[in-house]
Amino acid sequence: MIQAVLPPLPDIDMVSDNACLLTFSQTISEAVSDRIAHVSHQLTSLSGIIDLVPSYTTLLVIFDGDHYDRFAICKAIRDRIADPVPNTSQQTDVREIVIPVYYGTEVGPDLDDVAAHCGMSSNEVIKQHSSNLYRAYAIGFTPGFAFLGNTPAALHIGRKTTPRLKVPIGSVAIAENQTAVYPSVTPGGWQIIGRTPIQLIDWGSDNLALIAMGDKVRFEPISRQDFLAQGGKLDGF
Amino acid sequence: MAFKVIKPGMLALLQDLGRHGHQAIGLTTGGPMDELAFRWGNALLDNDDNTQQLEITFGMLSLEAQADTSIALTGADLAATLNDKSLTPWQTYAVKQGDILSFQQPVWGLRAYLSVKGGFQADTTLGSVATVMREKIGGLTGTGEKLQKGDVLPYLANQTHQPRSVPRAAIPNYSLREIPLILGYQYQSFSDLERAHFFSNDYTISQNSDRMGYRLEGHAIISETPGIISEGIAYGAVQIPKDGQPIVLLRDRQTIGGYPKMGCVTRFGGGLLAQKKPGEHIQFTPITVDQAEHERHLQMARLQQWR
Repeated sequence: MIQAVLPPLPDIDMVSDNACLLTFSQTISEAVSDRIAHVSHQLTSLSGIIDLVPSYTTLLVIFDGDHYDRFAICKAIRDRIADPVPNTSQQTDVREIVIPVYYGTEVGPDLDDVAAHCGMSSNEVIKQHSSNLYRAYAIGFTPGFAFLGNTPAALHIGRKTTPRLKVPIGSVAIAENQTAVYPSVTPGGWQIIGRTPIQLIDWGSDNLALIAMGDKVRFEPISRQDFLAQGGKLDGF
Repeated sequence: MAFKVIKPGMLALLQDLGRHGHQAIGLTTGGPMDELAFRWGNALLDNDDNTQQLEITFGMLSLEAQADTSIALTGADLAATLNDKSLTPWQTYAVKQGDILSFQQPVWGLRAYLSVKGGFQADTTLGSVATVMREKIGGLTGTGEKLQKGDVLPYLANQTHQPRSVPRAAIPNYSLREIPLILGYQYQSFSDLERAHFFSNDYTISQNSDRMGYRLEGHAIISETPGIISEGIAYGAVQIPKDGQPIVLLRDRQTIGGYPKMGCVTRFGGGLLAQKKPGEHIQFTPITVDQAEHERHLQMARLQQWR
């Protein structure tokens, strides 16, 4: 007998009287991320859902407590996501986003430290960082901040011991197996290696955030001249 | 017609029930720190639940009314006066053109809500007026500014006034030290001993507390799992960072984080907490999701029946 392979149902834990957490796995993988993106999409149209916060291995569901009690919400979620994942949907939806980056110590003050830590030249760091295709596993922390993975093993470096109080907009940074662009000025402890001239969040656009969960992201090195021509700013530190 | 801001006070923000549906791109909700007080403010004036109000933190604010209207004050007692006559919170007042409405310093609680008949009339951003200063979104101009001197807070002129007040039994007791905490949110990552410490010790509200989160100081809690894979953070989540000092994440919280959580305060419990000032003491009381549901239904039923 041939049995259809259904994706495992997530654990559902109550978080409060109007929120529950769906846990899909204990480990990060592209398959888990695909599944979360799909379930998040399925739940978007469920009535009484107020907000959905997908992340690496979990999906936080905020619901209207007047619409569901704690039993009804679990049943509604289980019923909605019992359908098997259509195996073609992921491939067609994936967008590739190219982010131009001016790499260098002028805007990436940690580039030399990263190079020294990884035992390679700055140019090699740039080459490694920009030759990889990353996946957006989660969007959060601040609006438009995309957690991108995975950086090549040769580039793994921990966060800074003391986080910077102000990281300039557009800073491109790495930490452990992740990389990201800071969409706004915030404190931050990741190692900054360059800066992009493009905006990651635009309140006037329909999408608001340039990068969506599940997108593929590539970094493209540009010259200082191109960076400035595209509206890049050198200040901020 | 409008209130003209004579003195902007420490922190006065336009709020509604929050900006929902955008947490997936990392945008926080904002909204009233004391949701129950906010809901009563609108109920007193027969406004819709989500109608814009002014959240006044600490006081030191002065407004001049440029048209007649009816107002309601709920939440903290910030020693409000109307033309130098003392006002008691949790009721409505008639306001005439030229009247001066002032708030001094907290007598009881920290945050007062000023609602006006028909609501303030600021444009919304992404469906909400909720002001989040950190994200530069919402408020009078849509750019997340707190109230400034000279600002004009528009409302519709209104001649009718109904004297109404919130039933005494429905007014929260802000002097309660116990803050209810729902268990069930990574509670299992703390040992029995750490849980016992957490619930039996007092915590002091830190100076570094704000609309994003209340930082607490007291007995350090050790988690057996130092970090977790970053996940969405619900309103009221009590994070335990590496130093063991709990942080209660409130209206302007970040959307994703990676610290283990002891539990979650309800919107009602978070409202009680948000009325505490730095230096005050609290203690957490464990409750179940079931109890939290009952509490909320009771509060909402009181509001609906009263309306």
